[in-house]
Amino acid sequence: MLYSPAIVAEAVVNGLMTGAVYALVALGLTLVYGVLHIINFAHGALLTAAMFAVWVLHSAFGLDPYLAILPLAPLFFGLGYAVQRFVIGPASHGDDGNILLVTLGLSILIENALLAGFRSDTRTIATDYGFQVVEAGPLLLSMPRLIGFAAAVAVTVLLWLTLSRTDTGRAIRAVAKEKLGASLVGINVGHVYAVTFGLGCACLAVAACLLMPTFYVNPRVGNAFVLVAFTIVVLGGMGSIPGALIGGLFIGVVESLCGLYLGDSLGQIGIFLIFILVLLVRPTGLFGAKA
Amino acid sequence: MTGRALMPILVAALLIGAIPLFVSANTVLNFLVFTLIIALAAQGWNILGGYGGQFSFGHAAFFGTGAYAAAILQSRFGINAWAAFAIGIAAGAAIGWIIGYLSFRSGLRGSYFALVTLAFAEVFRILANASAITGGAAGLLVKLDVRPENFQFASRAVFVWIALALVVAVLVLTAWIERSRFGAQLVAVRENEGAAKALGVDTLKVKLTAIALSAGVTAAAGALYVQYFLYIDANIAYGTWISVEALLAPIIGGAGTVLGPLVGAVTLHGLGEITKTLAGRVPGIDLVAFGALLIVAVAFAPDGIIGLARRLRARIGGGGGA
Amino acid sequence: MSLLAVSRITKRFGGLVAVNDASLVVEQGSITGLIGPNGAGKTTLFAVISGFEAPSEGQIRFDGRDITALPTHVRAKEGIARTFQIVQPFAGLSVAENIAVGAHLRHARRDDALALARDVARRVGLGAELDKSAASLTVAGRKRLELARALATGPKLLLLDEVLAGLNPSEIRDIVPVIRAIRDEGVTILMIEHVMQAVMNLCERVYVLAQGRIIAEGEPRQVCEDQAVIEAYLGKGAAARLSARAGGAHG
Repeated sequence: MLYSPAIVAEAVVNGLMTGAVYALVALGLTLVYGVLHIINFAHGALLTAAMFAVWVLHSAFGLDPYLAILPLAPLFFGLGYAVQRFVIGPASHGDDGNILLVTLGLSILIENALLAGFRSDTRTIATDYGFQVVEAGPLLLSMPRLIGFAAAVAVTVLLWLTLSRTDTGRAIRAVAKEKLGASLVGINVGHVYAVTFGLGCACLAVAACLLMPTFYVNPRVGNAFVLVAFTIVVLGGMGSIPGALIGGLFIGVVESLCGLYLGDSLGQIGIFLIFILVLLVRPTGLFGAKA
Repeated sequence: MTGRALMPILVAALLIGAIPLFVSANTVLNFLVFTLIIALAAQGWNILGGYGGQFSFGHAAFFGTGAYAAAILQSRFGINAWAAFAIGIAAGAAIGWIIGYLSFRSGLRGSYFALVTLAFAEVFRILANASAITGGAAGLLVKLDVRPENFQFASRAVFVWIALALVVAVLVLTAWIERSRFGAQLVAVRENEGAAKALGVDTLKVKLTAIALSAGVTAAAGALYVQYFLYIDANIAYGTWISVEALLAPIIGGAGTVLGPLVGAVTLHGLGEITKTLAGRVPGIDLVAFGALLIVAVAFAPDGIIGLARRLRARIGGGGGA
Repeated sequence: MSLLAVSRITKRFGGLVAVNDASLVVEQGSITGLIGPNGAGKTTLFAVISGFEAPSEGQIRFDGRDITALPTHVRAKEGIARTFQIVQPFAGLSVAENIAVGAHLRHARRDDALALARDVARRVGLGAELDKSAASLTVAGRKRLELARALATGPKLLLLDEVLAGLNPSEIRDIVPVIRAIRDEGVTILMIEHVMQAVMNLCERVYVLAQGRIIAEGEPRQVCEDQAVIEAYLGKGAAARLSARAGGAHG
């Protein structure tokens, strides 16, 4: 099967734009992994919750999805902080297997609470700009997806700057490198863990706001993202922020091209095969060096 | 094996096996069959996860393989249902061995192993949803032809007993594992893989044996599901739900114990029914309870219900001494 | 006859050379010591001998056979058992079950393995703690458990990685005869040890490893007076200062 270069180019560009939002979802996951060394299985469910929050704010108060970033990012930061500080931390007694199970439990709980509350209907948000397009040479680009792309890249850079330039960022990096040493110099490790988890959730809230103008939400929607996000994190190197961005863009393109050549139902298989291959062959990731 | 080890198994079997003699309501029997199928899948998980410490988040890969193998062999190739059932188990075990070989050879453990099993199950789900032989998204029906030689029975009670027989067989298998060299080595791998190696344990072989057994048992649950419901599709066979069920029951009941998965499955689904009755059929409400229970169990009852019972008995029994 | 012959082993981790061209020989029936300052590469050398790490260069012969390529569990089957410097109990199991894992190497039946475990536990002084959880043992108890598990595999060669570290003098006094008794029953021993008094007491021959190289070998007393050894432990010029001070005291 051969497509004209224009169609392939469009698939690549679309893939890049989807990939940027994937990267944002993965960013939260990789940040939490890099610092707490835990795999947060509740990540997908928390994303779903954020998407529902965007939907609720829009349908109840008419709040524009992009403006919803303002209340939702801090709200989800607080939520994430509390969940890590008061649920995951105490319940798992510091054991890796337990953390896996606790976050899995959280994911089941959140997903089904949303199912109970909103039923399984799929919901979308209609905006004036939902179908606006921008012409870029021969390509037609969807306006909201372009915004999503730009915002996702901006948030990644912002997060990276936060980690490298601020005191909080330095504390987070210190804890990530050497937990015991950090606590000895007076850093409150439990607090830093919770802040990191909160930042991860805030990334999710932003991703949800960027997604909703072009995407839909139902209680299971997070599942589709969570495995993709895991793939990106593994690909980009667990804990690596630039890795998450590059991995996200790459996976977006792979998915888009697989969809073009294999059809939608098989499209995602390329992602999982990459995921399995990377895990089996090079679990440190393609771009990450540290174990 | 000593009588003391087999006694609780016998008691559990008699208790459950007697129910169809007194109750004929379809809802009760349906509940029993379904719960026993889950218990069986969970017993499979328990061998690898409970005794071996390798937490799989993708036991659906084995459940689905057992289910599809049994269904496809019958409906597409006209193979006898009982033979198809046996082949389904073997196919599940083989898939387990292959996934295990790939993952364990690469040294995957902990979260990485959980992730890779999850991804394998998801690949199977997408493939089954898209290929012709599995009936694609429409799923696959097994022809209704109620005869014992077809593994189809008019009475639901018979299914209860068959499911129970399988569960009991695996209970006995698990009790044997606990008392065997293989079991001792498997637990050693769970507790400390490096130390196990130093003591001459071929850790790769032990883990591969465990995952093949584990997958075979869970595949039996899948094949039994097909015989009972006579229908399978990709989201049932390879869906996340069964991976989660297979893991929840042992964790709640007591991972790494003989009776844990059965106790967990009965507790969870009993509780699920109660929640549904109380909350008035709100979708997902039973699973909300499951999720909360999982967190609570990890936080407060690391060895599940069986562990709690043991602690309680030790406190009562040891009251005079301590 | 030598039971173990380590020849010209080098182990690199990236750019770091942990063991550099090290050779040693352990005679059948002996207790041989491996000493050296912290970070000298002793534990790495043990890891190479027991198969946990593959050497970058060199060869290991055991009982006349080249075992360099054999995996750890096969080496255990051949008769090499080791203990860990940082004890590695199966924390969720009882003392008896811990030792039984080792005993299972040569005994398929659970009853046989448990019987052997009880027997070995008595030999190392754990007879009274068989049913205790391994996690509840004291440091000294855990060291004994390491020893018991390794012994239960029925080894020809026992590699002991600092079994005395972290024990108080009376505990050391208790365990030294246990080690000697193990040798007297026919098990050859190679031990990494920092407690010099025990090394002097137990070992017939000692190798000194410093910065990855074997810098001295011989009888314990002779090695302890070796200039290179003293300098390896105490720094350059230490030997001269010590002998000067000794000379001053005499004069």
